[in-house]
Amino acid sequence: MKLIVNGKAHELNVEPEMPLLWALRDELNLPGTKFGCGLAMCGACTVLVDGTPVRSCVTPVGAISGAVTTIEGLGKPDALHTVQAAWIDHQVAQCGYCQSGQIMSAVALLNQVKAPTDADIDAAMSGNLCRCGAYPRIRAAIHDAAKRLNGVTV
Amino acid sequence: MSRLGTIARRSFLIGSTAVVGGAVFGVYKYKQPHPNPLLTALPEGASAITPYVRIDAQGVTIITPRAEMGQGIHTTLAALVAEELDVAWDSIRVEHGAPGAAYYNRALLQEGVPFSSLDRSGMAEGMRGTMGVLAKFMGIQGTGGSSSVPDAFDKMRVAGAAARFALVAAAAERLGVNAATLKTADGAVIAGDGQRLPYTELALAAAKVQLPDNPPLKPREQWRYLGKNMPRVDMAGKCTGAATFGIDVRLPGMVFATVRMNPAIGAPIKGFEASAAKAMRGVLQVVALPGGVGVIADNTWRAFQAAQAIQCDWAGPVHGATTVVFMDAIDASFDDKHQDSRIRNDGDVTKVLPAAKMLEAQYRVPFLAHATMEPMNAVAWLQEDRLDIWTGTQAPTVARDQAAALAGLDSSKVFVHTQLMGGGFGRRAESDYVLQAVHLAMAMKGKPVKLTWDRKEDMTQDQYRPAAVARMRGATTEGTVQLLDVRVASPSVLESQGGRLGIAMPGPDKLIAEGTYDQPYGIPNYRATGYRTPALLPISSWRSVGNSYNGFFMECFMDELAAQAGTDPMKLRLSLVNHESSRKVLMAVAEMSNWGRPLPKGRGRGLAFHFSFGVPTAEVVEVSVTKDGVRIDQVFVAADVGTALDPRNIEAQLQSGVIFGLSAAMFGEITFANGAVEQTNFHQYEAVRMGQSPKIHVKVLEGGGPIRGVGEPGTPPAAPALANAIFNATGQRIRELPLRKHIGFA
Repeated sequence: MKLIVNGKAHELNVEPEMPLLWALRDELNLPGTKFGCGLAMCGACTVLVDGTPVRSCVTPVGAISGAVTTIEGLGKPDALHTVQAAWIDHQVAQCGYCQSGQIMSAVALLNQVKAPTDADIDAAMSGNLCRCGAYPRIRAAIHDAAKRLNGVTV
Repeated sequence: MSRLGTIARRSFLIGSTAVVGGAVFGVYKYKQPHPNPLLTALPEGASAITPYVRIDAQGVTIITPRAEMGQGIHTTLAALVAEELDVAWDSIRVEHGAPGAAYYNRALLQEGVPFSSLDRSGMAEGMRGTMGVLAKFMGIQGTGGSSSVPDAFDKMRVAGAAARFALVAAAAERLGVNAATLKTADGAVIAGDGQRLPYTELALAAAKVQLPDNPPLKPREQWRYLGKNMPRVDMAGKCTGAATFGIDVRLPGMVFATVRMNPAIGAPIKGFEASAAKAMRGVLQVVALPGGVGVIADNTWRAFQAAQAIQCDWAGPVHGATTVVFMDAIDASFDDKHQDSRIRNDGDVTKVLPAAKMLEAQYRVPFLAHATMEPMNAVAWLQEDRLDIWTGTQAPTVARDQAAALAGLDSSKVFVHTQLMGGGFGRRAESDYVLQAVHLAMAMKGKPVKLTWDRKEDMTQDQYRPAAVARMRGATTEGTVQLLDVRVASPSVLESQGGRLGIAMPGPDKLIAEGTYDQPYGIPNYRATGYRTPALLPISSWRSVGNSYNGFFMECFMDELAAQAGTDPMKLRLSLVNHESSRKVLMAVAEMSNWGRPLPKGRGRGLAFHFSFGVPTAEVVEVSVTKDGVRIDQVFVAADVGTALDPRNIEAQLQSGVIFGLSAAMFGEITFANGAVEQTNFHQYEAVRMGQSPKIHVKVLEGGGPIRGVGEPGTPPAAPALANAIFNATGQRIRELPLRKHIGFA
């Protein structure tokens, strides 16, 4: 089957019911997307499919028809996405394991809502668990990224 | 001799050793040096000046031999060396490094002595000294107990200063000038005429220089990295998916595995039927393990699927069957036979105080899982006469030695490559998952095998924070507390951990009672007794260990005593605290939270103070009662860390500790049926999420006392501050965790 990931087409020979997560991690060697729970309970595996956030641990790879974006496709250390830059400026990550998913959810939120309120952030981000409790900085980084994306001088 | 001088003398014995490709000196030990782990794998042209600094043609690598599990320790340890070595922050590389006795953790064992860290008496100090020596000779390299910063503060600065001294001396010899005429800047020695000699070019010559006995350290006024908010060395990688956690390790030819253990913890497997599993796509091997089965496949998901397809004949429970059995055992431990420690016994708590009013209460907390975001995992690769392990571990030397014993190899043939950890909280101080990976690698010799636990395995095969029960007695007169008699019962974490290491731990386990006997309260009749419940099932350290429950017991009961004494909880604590730094922390949190300012109806605030890991920490939680339940609006935290090396990171750690403590207080509970854990995933073991996460205001005080770490002290006061806030808002006194059993949360 064909799968477009980070703008690149891949031919995959896997069971269609294999979760997208394991196709990404083990077949395509893209480990930035994390395994947390396997039941869409923690959000660590969040990727974008045509811009929509998807929990890749419960999404069969055979059900994907759109283009997949993972954390590796969002930006690189020397060419950061605005949300990643805000994350670094706010020194958000602690253990960092959930942050790929957090960032993908935040990107999806900011694609939808230009200037999210705290309530918008609560609603969009509560599917992403962080056991280090980096929430205060995640919230601050999202507000900051929104300003940057809207061209507001921060 | 000054403390610094003592450390320098002990740390860097004079002498030099020529080795292939470079030289090393200044190794770390009292009489004979522990081998410098950098020497066994030192490439041609590289130089290892002290076990913490390696310089090669590419630049300077700082070895930060503590587990990076989120607390930012690699950044702070690197800053300690970089400050004295004088290198540019963005030029350094940081590595965990190989396990080595040279990286033993003295502070970790020192705080294990059964005395308060406030107790600087001769006997307490003597025992701390003994434990320090023991730690060194046992060569334990551990991360925990908020000990990394106190352990490293002098020794890693000295390592940087000694290396800089050697580099300057090498430059002086090359230029034929007096070293005093030379300066350093950003990784180079600068001559009087402005000539710049990069460290990379001086390293090999520097390795032959005799190290100073007592290298001078910069005064604080000259610090340029320490005391500042440093960009974390792991931040960009963690925000771009580039950081490699243990679960991300990929090696050529690697295969993917999982395990399925008897749900009845520790019970064996009688047999299994795996023909269906073996016929599944990608399955390479099914391996019998002690207590379960392993599946090796060509993809982790295929291994997960096949593991579930195996029919297992499990033996029945070995540790008792239900939560009720465990709790009854703890309740039955309050007698002389089970008394384990009585470290504090001031005045006489048995005397009758005619003028005082008595109060008694019983508190209880459940078993808890660590539930790190990254499930347990390890890569093991057994080759002819060599075993390599890539994993996240808080105890790499223990993992190495246990793996060696299992594989029948000498420890020198086992190489542990410590990876970034997606959370630790004490879980990764255990080596069970590492040994499983070794078992699988032995069945698949020659191929690297990556073991990944699924979430169910992670949650049901943890080594849990034990449940605990407290029986509290107090007496008050108008406005003050006359008597406090604390009795706590719990199984012993030290005994359980020691058993897994094959070490019988003598004497009392201070962890059971820590946080009861060591609080700076000047109560005339004050006694704290620990009771040891006989072992129930494997248990382990969980962020702040005994303090995680004793903080709840002590500070909720203090709130009850304040109410009975008819006094304000803040005022009561300020009147009882007999430790200046603790008083300042309380005053700081009072000011931050506007303590005393009336709140509107339907809102409440609660205070808790706790002294743990040498850090007095006070927290105020503010709640609202809404139609959907209790909502935590904001939290105020003040803590005194002695010296704050990285204020922004300390803030993050304290916030993290608060949320970790609130998660457990509100939701956390592990229960047992048929010897098995009933919670299998995050829907049954909830934690605070964004929508419940309060604003957290942090004030870091620098009282000038000994420098302290803050991975844990933020956690213990969170539960009692919340419970006290709920009482303040609703009048409901909850003496059992998790609180959700008694009240709803929005």
